[in-house]
Amino acid sequence: MVKLVEVVEALELCPQGSYDPERPVKAGYVGDLLSDVMAHAQEGSLWVTMQSHQNIVAVAVLVGMAGIVITGDRPVKPETLETARREQVALFSASSRSFEVCGRLFACLKDKE
Amino acid sequence: MNDARPNNDSRIVLEFRIKGMDFTTAGEAATGIKRTMTQLGMPADMIRRVASATYEAEINVVIHAHRGCLVAKIGPERIEICVEDEGPGIPDIDLAMQDGYSTAPTHVREMGFGAGMGLTNIKRCVDQMHLDSVVDKGTTLRLLFFSKGRE
Repeated sequence: MVKLVEVVEALELCPQGSYDPERPVKAGYVGDLLSDVMAHAQEGSLWVTMQSHQNIVAVAVLVGMAGIVITGDRPVKPETLETARREQVALFSASSRSFEVCGRLFACLKDKE
Repeated sequence: MNDARPNNDSRIVLEFRIKGMDFTTAGEAATGIKRTMTQLGMPADMIRRVASATYEAEINVVIHAHRGCLVAKIGPERIEICVEDEGPGIPDIDLAMQDGYSTAPTHVREMGFGAGMGLTNIKRCVDQMHLDSVVDKGTTLRLLFFSKGRE
């Protein structure tokens, strides 16, 4: 089982607030269409997206995500940070694009299988 | 959440007001219902089905209607969700139910909403679904979930 802190280090993610380093990351999901994520993401996933508005937090709560990675160095809005803090959702940003983040996440999860 | 009270038949009733185009509070009904179901120790798959369908219904009101009201009646064996809105209504329900059909404006789509997947997602999650709409008046969506699966 991969811990969130191991993924954060392997993918060089930048935490946007506090997170539980021991939280298991069971899977990954990538998508910018919220309905698609809502329908298909697995509980315990790390969600890779370029959406940065505050509504991503509710989707993460409803699915039970391990965290959200906002890619491509997109600026994270203050209201997104505040909602994530309030709902205790781990939020990260990545300088690389979704494709590269997913490639590294996939390798990281496979390595630890 | 606007109201939470035990019902006389031991169901918990939750009520939420939803405002059109108010994305700051969008998702509060679904997360509130999920929280209550989690506290009640309901099965994870049931929570996921109800949370997903409620979220889609709630977002539909935010995107398309002026205002709406969502009432959830949560019992050990069945959950009823009723979403009533005042808004433009749906002229062609069969067309609206088609996967990918959407009338959402561009700025909403850019946020990752309005992909035309909402009603089909709801249908996939529920045990029963009734959609009634009157053009220029509003839409009523009734959803029913059984804890022991489809009846």
